[in-house]
Amino acid sequence: MIPAKFDYKPASSAEEAILLLQEYGDEAKVIAGGHSLLPLMKLRLANPEVIIDIGEIQDLSFIEERDDHIAVGALTRHRLVEHSDLLRENVPLLAHAASHVGDPQVRNRGTIGGSLCHGDPASDLPAVVLATRATLIIRSQTGEREVAADDFFTDFWETAVNPAELLMEIRFPKVGDQPWAFQKFSRRAQDWAIVGCAVQHGSNPGIGMINMGSIPVRSSVAEEALRSGNAVIDVASVADEGLSPPSDIHAEVDYRRHLARVLLGRALS
Amino acid sequence: MSLVGARVIRKEDPNLITGRGQFVDDVQLAGTAHMAFVRSIEAHATIKSIDSTAALECDGVIGVWTAQDLNLAALPGVPGLQRPPLAMGKVRFVGEAVAVVVAEDRYVAADAAELVFVDYEPLPVVTNINDALQPEASLLFEEVGSNTVFEMPTPDDFQSVFDDAPHTSSVHIVNNRCAPAPMETHACLADHGPSGLTLWASFQAPHHLRNTVSGWLGIAQDQCRVITPDVGGGFGAKVNWTPDLFVAPILSKLLGRPVKYTQTRSECMTQMYHGRAQEQDVDIAYDADGQILALRVLVYQDCGGYPDPTGMGLPALTTTMAAGCYVIPNVSVAWKNIVTNTTPVAAYRGAGRPEASYLIERAIDLIAYDLEIDPLVVRRKNFIPPESFPYATHSEIAVYDSGNFAGALDELLNIMDNDAIRAEQQENLADPAKPLLGVGFASWLEIAGFGPPGSLEGFGHLGSWESVQIRIQPDGSAIVYTGASPHGQGTVTTFAQIAADYLGIDFDKISVRHGDTATIPQGIGTLGSRSVAVGGEGVKTASVRIADRAKRIAAHLLEANPDDIEVANGNFSVKGTPAQNVSWGEVAWASFRPLEIPEDMEPGSLDNTVLQQVPNFSFPSGAYACVVEIDKETGDTRVRDMYLVDDCGTVISPMLAEGQVHGGVAQGIAQALYEEVRYDENGQPTTATFMDYLIPAAPELPNFTSGRTNTPTPNNTLGAKGIGESGSVGAPPAVINAVVDGLHHLGVTHVDMPANPQKIWRILQGGVT
Ligand SMILES: Cc1cc2nc3c(=O)[nH]c(=O)nc-3n(C[C@H](O)[C@H](O)[C@H](O)COP(=O)(O)OP(=O)(O)OC[C@H]3O[C@@H](n4cnc5c(N)ncnc54)[C@H](O)[C@@H]3O)c2cc1C
Repeated sequence: MIPAKFDYKPASSAEEAILLLQEYGDEAKVIAGGHSLLPLMKLRLANPEVIIDIGEIQDLSFIEERDDHIAVGALTRHRLVEHSDLLRENVPLLAHAASHVGDPQVRNRGTIGGSLCHGDPASDLPAVVLATRATLIIRSQTGEREVAADDFFTDFWETAVNPAELLMEIRFPKVGDQPWAFQKFSRRAQDWAIVGCAVQHGSNPGIGMINMGSIPVRSSVAEEALRSGNAVIDVASVADEGLSPPSDIHAEVDYRRHLARVLLGRALS
Repeated sequence: MSLVGARVIRKEDPNLITGRGQFVDDVQLAGTAHMAFVRSIEAHATIKSIDSTAALECDGVIGVWTAQDLNLAALPGVPGLQRPPLAMGKVRFVGEAVAVVVAEDRYVAADAAELVFVDYEPLPVVTNINDALQPEASLLFEEVGSNTVFEMPTPDDFQSVFDDAPHTSSVHIVNNRCAPAPMETHACLADHGPSGLTLWASFQAPHHLRNTVSGWLGIAQDQCRVITPDVGGGFGAKVNWTPDLFVAPILSKLLGRPVKYTQTRSECMTQMYHGRAQEQDVDIAYDADGQILALRVLVYQDCGGYPDPTGMGLPALTTTMAAGCYVIPNVSVAWKNIVTNTTPVAAYRGAGRPEASYLIERAIDLIAYDLEIDPLVVRRKNFIPPESFPYATHSEIAVYDSGNFAGALDELLNIMDNDAIRAEQQENLADPAKPLLGVGFASWLEIAGFGPPGSLEGFGHLGSWESVQIRIQPDGSAIVYTGASPHGQGTVTTFAQIAADYLGIDFDKISVRHGDTATIPQGIGTLGSRSVAVGGEGVKTASVRIADRAKRIAAHLLEANPDDIEVANGNFSVKGTPAQNVSWGEVAWASFRPLEIPEDMEPGSLDNTVLQQVPNFSFPSGAYACVVEIDKETGDTRVRDMYLVDDCGTVISPMLAEGQVHGGVAQGIAQALYEEVRYDENGQPTTATFMDYLIPAAPELPNFTSGRTNTPTPNNTLGAKGIGESGSVGAPPAVINAVVDGLHHLGVTHVDMPANPQKIWRILQGGVT
């Protein structure tokens, strides 16, 4: 539980962080809340030579109402997301899901940006980003680009954020009074989901699945069934269709598929 | 007012909750160097070569040593099968120490350990009992010729009783391997200078460590001081001879500076010896009324990569206690000790007894299912009646001291509403929206208070007594020194309660000190739920002796007859004339002044040392019930309620007794539903982090409803039995009996631990039962 040797570079602005990223290239890693990166470093599964700390960049922590969406800064801690009235009113699924991340210590340190950039299919918030069809804003030295949730998660623990880029904010469309639901199946209160799902109803309903693939995925088949007005039981029964859930010591593939169908059924009822 | 039985606040807490506790890693000695181990990444392999060149080039590295470099003797253990402190030519489990690095700080040491290149030639791996027993299995110890390193056959298998019995049932039980995982990992700090060795260790038995390490190093015991400061939990796993305890003193002497080692959590999961890891074949014969005729148990003990003497002894305890609370005329027991390419196995809270209570309490429910009668009826039919104590069992080791098993079950049914739960169970069965309910019972019994002469010597201890020394200070306060070595039990509080009662000194003027071989006369340690039943009795013995002498001094000062002196509220007075009195402080002061004490007394006589012995073990017992909820769709199984009736005889501190039960029950629920150490087919641990090794926390645990019966033990004058391991003995069978009860409408009669949701879901799907 002792990380390999690394250099520590605090950044006081996004610009400085990006400059540092450019300077150190592949050897560098940004650290936000550290709650995904540090465990990997302590287990020596990640051995970055330089750590660029963006944890103190206040400008990246915000929750703002802008026209048809709510913008959430990448460095906003889970705890602020969980307790934000603005989000509870306009993107309640996000606020609710944030309250299910780990335990209070984790939520006080972990950030939404870190959670998304880590790209873990077992994490809660990627499913919300998929279900709500959020847009992610990524900055590099040459400027900012927008990436749709569907294009963000690219491979196991890999995202569209390139080595010299920073995730700046996430834009969640306001959902008004549209219903939503979140289901998380875990053994212990503080655990990651064995399987979970996030559902956002609306004109284009979204169903984000947790731990049902090697990357965070949506259940397109179930979404289509929902759009076509199928009964709950029929939508739920295709929750896992087209998906390739992992197998591990906590759940094998067939059990994960079953859980996906049960949980989606509960989310839709 | 008697302090024994009072709900006093723990004396330990102010230090611990204000962060002023001192654990081994908090001890900072000038010039300390830090030790890290190079650990095997293979489960079974020969070592072709070890290359330390790169590690030695690191800035801050002081040295790297292998077994060859240090030429070390094997660790104390089973003759012929001893573990080398550093692997000798071959590794037998993932994590085994292969080389040791010492550096200026912990970080450099960890980095350098990564740079030591070990060339392994992998050997076929055996990770479980079944594989180990195959005829072609790869052998851990070629010289033994088998992976079964010891076998205790049964003198009589009672086959004719089974052949003639009207009914029999059989079950193969897996008692899952658990990791002790105390809050504080293991740590040690060795300072081996010209005047001897001081060794700080996170350990449960400082004198035992002192005696063993000094013998191994070949230094006199007077030159070896072991200190166990605050210890953050041990659960039986901090009495094992792990390499660091022996290598650190050697390297400290070699380098002329203190050497420290603090286990990381990852290391703790593979280095701290595991517990349980048994499989059992259980057969039981009975008549049509459920009267038991015979029990036959064959235990397969997985000992891991190196058989530890305690680990090999676990089946002895399991088979000794196999008949539980019941009259069983024919009991046949046998066991095998088997080695596998896994972490060694030794004592873990309960050590052999949870495995016993689990098998017999499962067998009782099998009888009930087979005969379709109430499991409580089967229990009552076979209970040893309260008037038959002392009760000689099939085992020479166990003569049950006292018990009232039916009384505990009555009390259990008082504190729960079994009928209402049964009614709800039927309702839920019919309602698809509601979870399945299951109710399980366990009438359990265990062997504690180790113990009578001979009980610990076999495990390498000096004796089975416990030491207590009480020294009255000149101001009338008292210091109790003891060889008991608490690591979370609250012994400082309970021993002060006992001393307060029998000395007549205020509880706040009594300190209890432990964990230092330089100040404590001799000692055995805290294990086997023995502190109160043995050491606590010693506190009473010494207190009574001192109080008698103090009364003589008081009588002398008051010019009265010693027989007329009473002591209360810190004062000695003459019976009937309370105004004629002298305080404890005055008596204590006088005891050091030759002119103020009776002529036939010596100054300083208010000081007494006892090596307290007890004639027999104590046998705590109880009745537990568990209610589980099982999600019909997901198989998710949660404990909804737990009803706990404990009988540990006299309770010294109700709060601490409850705390012990709650903690033990939490670990029992953990074993039944959550925890299991697992390996993949290559012997790689797959549960070596707290992400994968599922220790439940408060949200996963129910509220506990407690009751109590009180059947004192005749083996000490306090009447107190051990309570430290009860919960972990009683809870697993109660929980699994509840799970099976909840699934019995599907024909299920057994589910192996841990009953995780996937397993239950497969059963609900009509799969394995
Ligand atoms: C005990 C525990 C329990 C947990 N339980 C859960 C759970 O139940 N559900 C769940 O979803 N998560 C859980 N987590 C993870 C938690 O949500 C983490 O906080 C989160 O995944 C990572 O956020 P972070 O800010 O800590 O990121 P960090 O660890 O700092 O970074 C994670 C990764 O993202 C990169 N990164 C971070 N910010 C940016 C950025 N702005 N731009 C580009 N790259 C960036 C880093 O370089 C790193 O690769 C748990 C964590 C712990 C320790």
